[in-house]
Formats: sequence, structure tokens, C-alpha cells
Amino acid sequence: MSIIIRKDQWINLAIIASTLWFIWFASSHFDEYTVRILNNIAIFTILAVSYNLINGVTGQFSLEPNGFVAIGAYVTALLLLDGDAKSYQFDIEDPYPWVLALHANFIWALFFAGLFSALLALTLSFPVFRVRGDYLAIVTLGFGFIIRILAINNPEITNGSLGLNDIPEFSNLYWTGGIALLAVWGILNIVNSKFGRAMKAVRDDEDAAIAMGVNTFKIKTFAFCTSAFLEGVGGGLLAALLTSISPDLFTFFFTFQLLIIIVLGGLGSTTGAVIGTVLVIGGAEWMRFLDEPMNFGFFETPALPGMRMVVFSVILIFVMLFAREGIMGKRELKDLFKKAKK
Amino acid sequence: MNFLEFMQQMVNGFSLGSMYALIAIGYTMVYGVLRLINFAHGDIMMVGAFLGYFGMAVLDLPFVAAVVLSVVGSALLGMLTDKVAYRPLREAPKISLLITAIGISFFLENIFNVIFGGTSKPFPVPAYMEEIVNIGGLTLPASALMVPAVTLVLLGAILWVLYKTKYGMAIRALAFDVNTVNLMGIDANKIIMIVFGMGSALAAIGGIFWAVNYPSVEPMMGVLIGLKAFAAAVVGGIGSVGGAVIGGFIIGFTEVVVVAFLPEYGGYKDAFAFVLLILVLLFKPTGILGINFDKSRF
Repeated sequence: MSIIIRKDQWINLAIIASTLWFIWFASSHFDEYTVRILNNIAIFTILAVSYNLINGVTGQFSLEPNGFVAIGAYVTALLLLDGDAKSYQFDIEDPYPWVLALHANFIWALFFAGLFSALLALTLSFPVFRVRGDYLAIVTLGFGFIIRILAINNPEITNGSLGLNDIPEFSNLYWTGGIALLAVWGILNIVNSKFGRAMKAVRDDEDAAIAMGVNTFKIKTFAFCTSAFLEGVGGGLLAALLTSISPDLFTFFFTFQLLIIIVLGGLGSTTGAVIGTVLVIGGAEWMRFLDEPMNFGFFETPALPGMRMVVFSVILIFVMLFAREGIMGKRELKDLFKKAKK
Repeated sequence: MNFLEFMQQMVNGFSLGSMYALIAIGYTMVYGVLRLINFAHGDIMMVGAFLGYFGMAVLDLPFVAAVVLSVVGSALLGMLTDKVAYRPLREAPKISLLITAIGISFFLENIFNVIFGGTSKPFPVPAYMEEIVNIGGLTLPASALMVPAVTLVLLGAILWVLYKTKYGMAIRALAFDVNTVNLMGIDANKIIMIVFGMGSALAAIGGIFWAVNYPSVEPMMGVLIGLKAFAAAVVGGIGSVGGAVIGGFIIGFTEVVVVAFLPEYGGYKDAFAFVLLILVLLFKPTGILGINFDKSRF
């Protein structure tokens, strides 16, 4: 049996190969700061493509990432730290015995981080998707707050507002980049499957989708849980990259960054989500100068912490008002090749 | 806990509930006419509180003048956000409108953070509002009585506008069908702007009351209060002004009761509104006043 590889598959293989080569090249040649930014980009790619699945592809406006990322980060941190390290750093209250007993290797820690997030998403979907309307947005926004309140008020599990420290630094570019590649591949496969078509149908016209026999509750729940799973995994990678986490890390700003990423890239386009991640995470590094004092020669502005976020929100509003399609619209990379052929 | 303490807590709950109610009315009215969760509404309340602070602490205005400044300023801001950010998106998919609303919300929080700094500022409460009143053994600050009284008066005014004036009729008609309203020769955009103005003015008053009760203001104060007020609107039945008030009081009382009777769960007091929201969505999505979205509103 001969294996025939179509042209678009060649393109995919080329992209995968060059990404893998880049991961190898970057981790052996680039300096620590650049690698750190690349790690961030890889993790945010995972988060952005999964956030895009529920927001862009299924069209259900949700504000959940900070909540699920926090869950993933805490689950991973508790699984990676061994009993001694945990009992050493729990200062506010003594940890529960079962918290001390938790231990797993990195891959299982990431898997449980995702699983736990997905199960929580499943529980949330019952009240939320039973009703039509935009309750998902407000419930998920509230969920982020609740997770924070729970993390602060349960020091026996989370060490309260002090957070968890000295998490083993397992994340490197091979892990983050590799999982990002897997996530993008997985999401693209979902989008191109019958589930993906049902999701788009829900987005474009829910009534018509129901009339065609699509179980919209199931489809929305599936999209929401998948996205929560990957966000949990992303949170785990983040915890193992930063080595210390605290409730204040996972504020609404986290979600807001992801929202800008997918809006800028084009809601509904996975390629767009990847492009948006590179632009926003790279741009956020570059825009650090906005928060600092500026010297115009004749006049010096004071340091304005938070100016970056003002710029971010203005960008978001402007994209929505004047360029609602974002960079890619709903198109993917392969659609661009098709167009070029014509 | 004796009877007096119980009554004291009830008054606190009434006062807290009034503030949630004032803010929830804005959510419910905008939802009624546009089907939009106006995420920026909590931040308009924050702007209202800050304008009051600005009027008193910086411009040295008397309290009433600062309230007028805050109400007018917030109403104009609410109308401006509608005109600049929401009106161009009337025909766009709903998700664009929601994203823009989040953008406006984040913008307001952060621009105030840049201008005034992120730390909370003490709010200069006028002496006559802090005066202790003694009613049959109950000792209360005057503000605890003024807040519910003003809320009830404002609620009466809103209901009067909605049911006794032509504008109110137009607002109620808009909640049914925008196109028909336009065909009747009514400028729907103007009416929607009036709704935003009314809602924002009430939010500003709610914000000032908040600042008086917890004498401080800070740029992020609108997020959590807005979230709870939205929960109040859903619990009461979103789209209904009366429901928003009932929902506001329910959330206010729940919070006070939890803190007073179950102090060990005090850390979770911000979570109760959210739990209530989930329960209502599970068991009675139309809320207490049970408004059917396809039939009547307000």
C-alpha cells in the first residue's frame, strides 16, 4: 500500500517540522530572556486556541480562562511538590494529610490539571447552557472571582494568599512548544470534524442548528469542557514555568489578554489565535516602556503603572468598532493558500 | 443575639440591598432594551463614586453639589458609551457588543487607575450623614436611614417615568420590538440613550452611597459590586425594574445575615451572590418576577 501525501498535508508537515526545528534551535541558541518570552508565547498559544474554541468557533461569550488556568496551576503545583516541600512552606495553616500525600510526575500532573478543570466546566455548563442568553459570560466572570476567594480562604490546601512556591521547574520549550503544537493540531481537528461544523452552526444560527437536529446543549458543553481541559493544562505548564503561584496571579487581566489575542487574530480562526498570541505577548513586552517614566527631552512624564492596560483596552474597542474581523477573520492558513491559487 | 442586634442587622441589610438595587436597575433596563449585559455598568458606578470624591475632596464642593456633579457626569458618560461604542454595533453579532462592553469596562478601570492611582482613597463623608441617630435603642448612622429612603423615592420616580410618561411608554415599547418602534416615528437611538442616562445616574447615586458607607473609593470597586448587582437583576427577573429592586434586597440581606450569623463563613461573603445566581439559573431562569422574554417587560 503506497501512502499518498496531498499537497496541504505536505504544508502541514513542513509547518510541524519547522516548528520542531525552531524549538530545538531556540532552546539551544537563544538567551534566557528570549526563551522565557517564547515559553510564554507557547503557553498562551495553548490558552488562546482553546479559548477561541468556545468564544470564536462556538460563539458563546465566556470569560473563564483565569479561573481554569488557576485551577490547573494549583492542581499541578500540589502534585509536583512532594510532602516535605509542602509541609515546609504551609505557614498559615497545617495542610490536610491528603494534600501532603498528593504526588505525581509532570505528565500526570498536567493531565489531572486538565481533567479537574474539565470536570468543573461540566458542572458549570448545567446551569449556564440550559438557558439561552449571555449568562455564560457573567457566570464565568464570577467563577474567576470565586476561585480566587476559595484559594484565599482555604489555606489548608492552597497556603492562602501566600501561594505555593518552589514548584519544580519542569516547563521548558520542548514541553510548552510540544504541547502547544498538539493543542493547535487537536483543536484544528475538532473544528474540521462534525463537532466543529455543529459548533459553527450554533454560532451562526442557533435556531437553525436545533432545527437540523444539533443537540446544542451537548455541543456547547463539549466545546466548553475541551477548552477548560486545555486551559487547565496551560495553567499547569505556567505553574511549572513560574515556579511560584499565588491567587493574585490569576486576575481578570489574564482573561482580558486572551480576549484581545483572539479578537485581534480574528474570532473563530485558530491560525488567527496563534498570530494574535505572538503579537500581543511580544507586544506586551515591547509596550513595557509605556508604564515607565518617559523623557521627551524638554519634558518628562512620570511613571504611569497601568498605562499598558489602557492601551490594551483601547486596542480591543477599536478592533471591535472598526475591524471586527481581526487579522484572519474566520479563515485559516489553508484558506489563504487556496486564495493565492486563484 | 438579642432583638436590637437583629434589628440593627436588618437595617444594614436594607441599606446594602438599596445600593445593589440602584445599580441593578441599570443592568435590567439596558438588558430590556438591548439584550446586552452592560459590563461597564459597575464601572460607571465607580466613576460616579469617584466624581463625588473629586467634587468634595478636590473641588471642595458641598455634598449635594458633588452628588449633582456625579449624577450628571455619570449619565453623560453612560450616554457617551452608548453613542460611541454600542450604537455602531447594533446590527453586529451579539458577541461583538459584549466584547466591546468588556473593553469599555477595562478601559474605565485602568484609566482611573492611571489618573488616581490604585490605592483606595478616603471618602470625605459629610458630618450630618455620620451623625448617630437613636431610635428606640437602635443606634444608626443617619446614612443608614437616608440610603433606603432615597432609593424608595428614586424607585417611585423610575416607575413613574416608565408607566406615566411618553418616554416611559417608548422605553417599554422598545423592549418589545425595535423595528416597530422606529416605524412609529420614534427615534429608538434617542430612547436607548435615555435608558443609558437613567441607569447610569442611578448607578452614580448607588456609588456615592457605597462610598459614604465604606468611606473609600478605588478604581476596581465596580467589578465585584457590578457582578453582585447583575446577580441581583437575574435573581429578581432580568428585564423587570421591580425585580431588580427585590433581587437587590435579597442579595443585600443574604450577605448581612451570613456575616452576622455565620461569621466563620465571612470570607465567602462575596461568593453568596454568585451561588444564588447559579441556583436561580438552575431552577428558575426567569427570576422571581418570572418575566417571559417573549411577552412583557419592565
